[in-house]
Amino acid sequence: MVSLLKKKKTAAEIVAASRAENKITAQELIDGIFSNFMEFHGDRASGDDAAIIGGIAEFNGQMVTVIATDKGVSVDERIKKHFGSPQPSGYRKSLRLMKQAEKFKRPVITFINTSGAYPGKSAEESGQGEAIARNLLEISNLKVPVIAIIYGEAGSGGALALACGDEVWMLENSMYSVLSPEGFASILWKDGSRSDEAAEVMKLTPQALFDQNVIEGIIPESSSNKKTCKEIAAVLEKRLHLLQSRKPHDLVKQRQARFRKF
Amino acid sequence: MQLFDELKTLSKKHIKADKKAGEKVPSGLWIACPKCHQTMYHKDLGVYKTCKNCGYGFRIAARERLSWLVDSFVEFDSEIQTNDPLEFPGYQDKLKAAQKKTSLNDSVLTGIATINTTEFALGIMDPQFIMGSMGTVTGEKITRLFEKARENQLPVVLFTASGGARMQEGIYSLMQMAKISQAVKAHSDAGLVYITVLTDPTTGGVTASFAMQGDIILAEPRSLVGFAGRRVIEQTIHQKVPENLQDAENVLENGFIDGIIERKDQKEKIEWLVKAHQGGSTIG
Repeated sequence: MVSLLKKKKTAAEIVAASRAENKITAQELIDGIFSNFMEFHGDRASGDDAAIIGGIAEFNGQMVTVIATDKGVSVDERIKKHFGSPQPSGYRKSLRLMKQAEKFKRPVITFINTSGAYPGKSAEESGQGEAIARNLLEISNLKVPVIAIIYGEAGSGGALALACGDEVWMLENSMYSVLSPEGFASILWKDGSRSDEAAEVMKLTPQALFDQNVIEGIIPESSSNKKTCKEIAAVLEKRLHLLQSRKPHDLVKQRQARFRKF
Repeated sequence: MQLFDELKTLSKKHIKADKKAGEKVPSGLWIACPKCHQTMYHKDLGVYKTCKNCGYGFRIAARERLSWLVDSFVEFDSEIQTNDPLEFPGYQDKLKAAQKKTSLNDSVLTGIATINTTEFALGIMDPQFIMGSMGTVTGEKITRLFEKARENQLPVVLFTASGGARMQEGIYSLMQMAKISQAVKAHSDAGLVYITVLTDPTTGGVTASFAMQGDIILAEPRSLVGFAGRRVIEQTIHQKVPENLQDAENVLENGFIDGIIERKDQKEKIEWLVKAHQGGSTIG
């Protein structure tokens, strides 16, 4: 008899699954969950970072702002998108779109799959630290709901800059951590090859993070993207309904309480 | 025929060192500046521990900075301890050693300070406490500092020094960035001034949160200010990056800090800046 219950994955297996080649892409998520998505480009200061796709779309009869990190599919795309690691201009674009959402009173939904902010020379020179810092500062009292969905890797401050809103949900095969397990092992044990062990110690799986009250919930993932999108849409519908019933003042207060407890 | 005979040109006798030299000369008397590599007699660094050649401020303990920066200080939250969320092996011992070395419970010293009669909330990070890394106690102390400053309508002055997030506390360390940012925002919305002074090194999650959130951001000469580590950058872009990429002077030129401030000027300038932002545009 074939067991209907899925075997519980180890932390290292979840790390591998969150980085899988056939992982659902940002575009598939957007197309599968929303309708009439229109992309908005640029940070109005220095450029347009391809690692972040942002814009507006319709969801359940209302307008929402959608912001997603995207790793790209083809080699050319991946290089252009720095394998999904945003530049400062990406964080500035996303903050611009969030401020726009606040002005027009529409909720923000972010999708995260990034190993972290892009650690390049140009990123340093254009203020990677400042860009993330400003997101954290401004999102802390944004007057509209912000829900983050982690759909692959979520590493470090580069992920937090898009996950510092009201709720964070994770797909079954995703991870959220202060650093990659390879980096963690190389810093603490001077041995990057002990990453499997690090993954276990770091408590970076959806279940471990849920148990630590870092995230609100886990979304089942299917091999069919359509099914996965349906699951996400169901969560969004429920949570948006709840968050939108809060007065802006209460919304911000509860968001602050969410982080104050750590 | 050999044109250059190493042994003849540079005789062995010539370079033979006194094997007992190490025992005869006390160590630590001559110090090389890590930035300009100039060697100087330790007393020449002076009370501010500054390189006479390039102006670089050596990494100093939080309590040492306190001794010349302010006239009075009342410390907060010196007892809080981490609950070691990952139960990381060896972490408790590491903490104990750092606590003993710095006389701090974690990587930041916080409290209310005065310079002459000017009062403000003050935080000083200690690079000698596990590289000034940000753990849950660091985050809690800084958050409380902003909360208390807001309650008492006080400005905040914060000296940053950090290697980034405290790995041993995992995701909880990351959450501190958001927690502190919220407290900074609430303090800022109350119309109060927040001044940061970035010292060597200010990196990672600290740069990507409260270090870069000041109304006024200053930095010490030649201090390292950046987000990613140099090695990580070089591995990512597969090329060497300029030596000065993350020097405060370069960051200033790129437009991310307001100015460079030497240690000898800090007491006077900070008092002036704090006064300048109290009670509207009038001074006095």
